[in-house]
Amino acid sequence: MNIDSIKNGIVIDHIPAGESMTIYRLLHLDRLDCSVAIIKNVVSGKMGKKDIIKIDSTLDIDLDILGFISPDITVNIIRDGARVEKKQLALPEMLTGVLACKNPRCITSVEQELPQRFKLTDRENKVYRCIYCETKVEIKR
Amino acid sequence: MSEIRHLIDILDLSVEEIDALIALGERIMDDPAAYADKCRGKIMATLFFEPSTRTRLSFESAMLSLGGSVLGFSAAANSSAAKGESVADTIRTVSAYSDIIAMRHPKEGAPLVAAAKATVPVINGGDGGHNHPTQTLTDLLTIQRRKGRLHDLTVGFCGDLKFGRTVHSLINALARYQGIKFVLIAPEELKVPSYVKKDVIQKNGLPYEQTTDLEAVMPELDILYMTRVQRERFFNEEDYLRLKDSYILTPDKLRGAKSDMTILHPLPRVNEISTAVDDDPRAGYFEQVRCGRFIRMALILKLLNIAE
Repeated sequence: MNIDSIKNGIVIDHIPAGESMTIYRLLHLDRLDCSVAIIKNVVSGKMGKKDIIKIDSTLDIDLDILGFISPDITVNIIRDGARVEKKQLALPEMLTGVLACKNPRCITSVEQELPQRFKLTDRENKVYRCIYCETKVEIKR
Repeated sequence: MSEIRHLIDILDLSVEEIDALIALGERIMDDPAAYADKCRGKIMATLFFEPSTRTRLSFESAMLSLGGSVLGFSAAANSSAAKGESVADTIRTVSAYSDIIAMRHPKEGAPLVAAAKATVPVINGGDGGHNHPTQTLTDLLTIQRRKGRLHDLTVGFCGDLKFGRTVHSLINALARYQGIKFVLIAPEELKVPSYVKKDVIQKNGLPYEQTTDLEAVMPELDILYMTRVQRERFFNEEDYLRLKDSYILTPDKLRGAKSDMTILHPLPRVNEISTAVDDDPRAGYFEQVRCGRFIRMALILKLLNIAE
């Protein structure tokens, strides 16, 4: 299958297979009016299968949320048809403003202007907890 | 001016700071008159967005015993929170009226929000099912008074270990001392959650034992920390009825216990410790209440930077 290469934009590569829609949702890519290609289950030597997202526009994207989904994801910035930058990701120490705490007893459930923040508490098991109530973050996949 | 210190989570304090607070608490207990004027002219605000008799009165008693004054409210309905004011705004306002704030709030994390905006120290007096650090300090002072140490102890927790925040917090605090063994006595439905068992007990490589049988482990315990098994925690009435009596402490069940064991309970108790146990010298829960006042006096002095 061929997808046209993009001239100026972003290619999010090495997404674990099946996670591209989660990223699409969390990065609010549905709000963009440029072309966005989601390519699923691409054969990958390293990963077996992977997903790729191509965005036909240069925009700031939240690298923390991508690092949270998988630190193996790479972000390629394309300008004039050539890759000008390849960003490697890491597990972020803090996730701010992307996910919301699901604990109904959390203070953020009643004071909605508070920033939603989650701290990395266990690097090995990728556990993030709400800074207010320490509830473990769970994301809808 | 030095940075304002708050107490939101027991782990905000280092082991050395906890030890120093306990030592100060003991000195105050031995000679309360020497501390009677330490906070003269200082005001504590007690902001109780959720009612609590024991915790609020112990904070107020502590401040009054230091010669300070108290103001505040004892239910959210009596505060501007009822008009929809945010925690942050309430705290900014109260910071202008007081030198230190003790607060309880039904929402978890509210004291952290308060501490971020306060210009005076904030003490968490309980936030939902989350933290209650002054109860833990109280428990630690009581253990120190009764056992003379906070290390090399076999500590049994009995009852509702799933939802009991005082249990989680005390396990967190004791895990930092040497030679602690935990014995977790609870029905299947109310076992300690994995974030306590895995993240605290196993992660620190501490010895522990899980059982449903209180009497079987009684002889090894130095401390028995009782909590209430609440009917509403069970999915069906049958399970509750089957289990409730196994976790009621009676003189009979104490027969196998060490003569110098100490029984603690965060209170209020309903029926989980029979009143027949109250006169047993091992019953430590009323002394625990007394310790609650003195450790809070020590904490107020520390957070206000008042020298002895």
